[in-house]
Amino acid sequence: MLSFLVSFVPRAVTQGIPLLFGCTGEIITEKSGNLNLGIPGVMYVGGICGVIGSFFYERSLGGAAINPVLGILVPLLCCLLGSLIMGLVYCFLTVSLRANQNVTGLALTTFGVGFGNFFGGSLVKLSGADVPSIALSSTSKLFRAQLPFASSLGGFGAVFLSYGFLAYVAILIAVGASYVLNHTRVGLQLRAVGENPATADAAGINITRYKYVTTCVGCMIAGLGGLYYVMDYANGVWSNDAFGDRGWLAIALVIFTIWRPALSIPASILFGGLYILNLYIPIGKDLAVKELYKMLPYVVTIVVLVFSSLRNKRENQPPESLGLPYFRENR
Amino acid sequence: MVHIVKRKEMPLPRAFAIRAGIIALALVMCGIVTMFMTGLNPIDVYATMFKGSFGSSRKIWILLQEIALLLCVSLALTPAFRMKFWNLGGEGQVLAGALAAAACMICLGNSMPGAALIAVMFLASIAAGALWAAIPAFFKAKFNTNETLFTLMMNYVATQLVAYYTIVWENPKGSGTIGIINQKTQNGWLPIVGGNKYLLIVIVAVLLAVFMYVYLNYSKQGYEISVVGESPSTARYVGIKVSRVIVRTLIVSGAICGLTGFLLVSGSAHTLTTALAGGRGFTAVMVAWLAKFNPFIMFGSSFLLEFMESGGREISTIYGLNQSFGNILTGIILFFIIGTDFFLTYKVVFSKKEGKENA
Repeated sequence: MLSFLVSFVPRAVTQGIPLLFGCTGEIITEKSGNLNLGIPGVMYVGGICGVIGSFFYERSLGGAAINPVLGILVPLLCCLLGSLIMGLVYCFLTVSLRANQNVTGLALTTFGVGFGNFFGGSLVKLSGADVPSIALSSTSKLFRAQLPFASSLGGFGAVFLSYGFLAYVAILIAVGASYVLNHTRVGLQLRAVGENPATADAAGINITRYKYVTTCVGCMIAGLGGLYYVMDYANGVWSNDAFGDRGWLAIALVIFTIWRPALSIPASILFGGLYILNLYIPIGKDLAVKELYKMLPYVVTIVVLVFSSLRNKRENQPPESLGLPYFRENR
Repeated sequence: MVHIVKRKEMPLPRAFAIRAGIIALALVMCGIVTMFMTGLNPIDVYATMFKGSFGSSRKIWILLQEIALLLCVSLALTPAFRMKFWNLGGEGQVLAGALAAAACMICLGNSMPGAALIAVMFLASIAAGALWAAIPAFFKAKFNTNETLFTLMMNYVATQLVAYYTIVWENPKGSGTIGIINQKTQNGWLPIVGGNKYLLIVIVAVLLAVFMYVYLNYSKQGYEISVVGESPSTARYVGIKVSRVIVRTLIVSGAICGLTGFLLVSGSAHTLTTALAGGRGFTAVMVAWLAKFNPFIMFGSSFLLEFMESGGREISTIYGLNQSFGNILTGIILFFIIGTDFFLTYKVVFSKKEGKENA
């Protein structure tokens, strides 16, 4: 049993971390009343921007040893910048121009997934490099670096210390988001904006600023999920569509955790576990059943969604104005 | 001081002239982006896209069929959207319909005559699509469960269900796909109408558009949908059973999605894959919204999106770039059109004098 946990938990965690980034980003976005369905696209853009950054950085080295600080900073900043631009596009359209959030979000996903796959598939050709495919092994090594003594600690090291630094960043961000939302004035005001923007506006809160800042920060956090996926989980190898539907799973996770970032830490590991559960369950030769196991995260999410609306407890509901544009003069 | 006021209703021709102008601007923008990304001459790029869509009569027919299929899904979503019910589950509903059709073809293919089989498939697909939409509708009507998120999740349940059956019905074993169903007998395949295998789907889509226009604008049910969409409390006040209207409308919506799944399996692909719906459920949301839920304008918006898609594919093949190029261009055009809406409904007023007086 213990050996099962030691092999299962680390894999569940590495599966769960991209979801955790996406989920935390989306929770704080939704807390401001913006339902950003562009998150799957944002995560693609975050991933590919990091790849583009480190691709050019690694090429510029020309065989010289990689500088560890730059090797991490370049992809990190590119990723954040790319996701920020996506967030700004979303905010400009939905907040400033009051466009429909669902339509804008879906357009953002179309664009983002296309952007990721296009550059993932054409970067080598466009830059004229003579490499067969994108494989950023030296950058990936930096992202995957663990504490030097982790492997000597046996099971404890494997379960708790065997991850790259971004995994711990994800957990810190989730804890931080939880603290800010529940224990600070900014968090209180943000929740007010999401619940009832008209009241918040009357109380002197700058709605536009809150919506812009949270949505952009949310996008940047989600973008890191894409970066973690390529650099850590996938060893720096970009393959098109490999990221799959994890972005939608992150949105499912938001509902599953009933909009609580702290809860999203264990929940994302659970979802990561459900994602790979089929590899561990003895199903004999029946491969088909595997596909049914992959359905689990979604079914569980639906059940949570239904139950939270059934029980109708106020603190478990989506933010009241989720998905609605705010127009002061419309009242 | 800048402030924003609502415009009076803009006359439709003028609104569409503005939209057309914006689309032209977006196309120019796309050309510039293409030039920066690939170093190609934008005029060549559009010429290539044009050739990719209209280059031969076969290409034109394929384009028409794709437009028709996208139009069917968009028409399906429209009644739900008019009711302000965000049905993002088109993808899953199409897949559910496709799954039902494929199940009939595989399980009953050898024991039923063609015409009867097609009738059974047709009914099964419609029922499956309707069921897939009715589940979230029921919970929305009864418990006010968030429909956007519910329908979204139902997509992936359907996808995994299809993935499961893809392995169960694998043919030949080990290929990981179902292959062409009933290839020899062609049992359950829609007949070829007018000597053209694409024509039937196009005809169905046109009929569906006319039906939807009449249903929404000239039927009692269509009227009820509009009232519920405008204000559920008004609807309740005038004696409309809101929960019944929600479930009924979503059954219509899901049934048409299921029908599209049937057309895909029986009329064009003759197989079942998890990617069969091809993102149409999501693209259709944008098509319907761009057309302001008017069934006839949807011809135009689905044409635009399918043109970008097939044109983008042509560019990627010819210049050896990735297939997804069309998605980037589509995204840019959508951003432009989405942004325009603001300027059609609102007006920005600069009132300088007032500002000076205050200062």
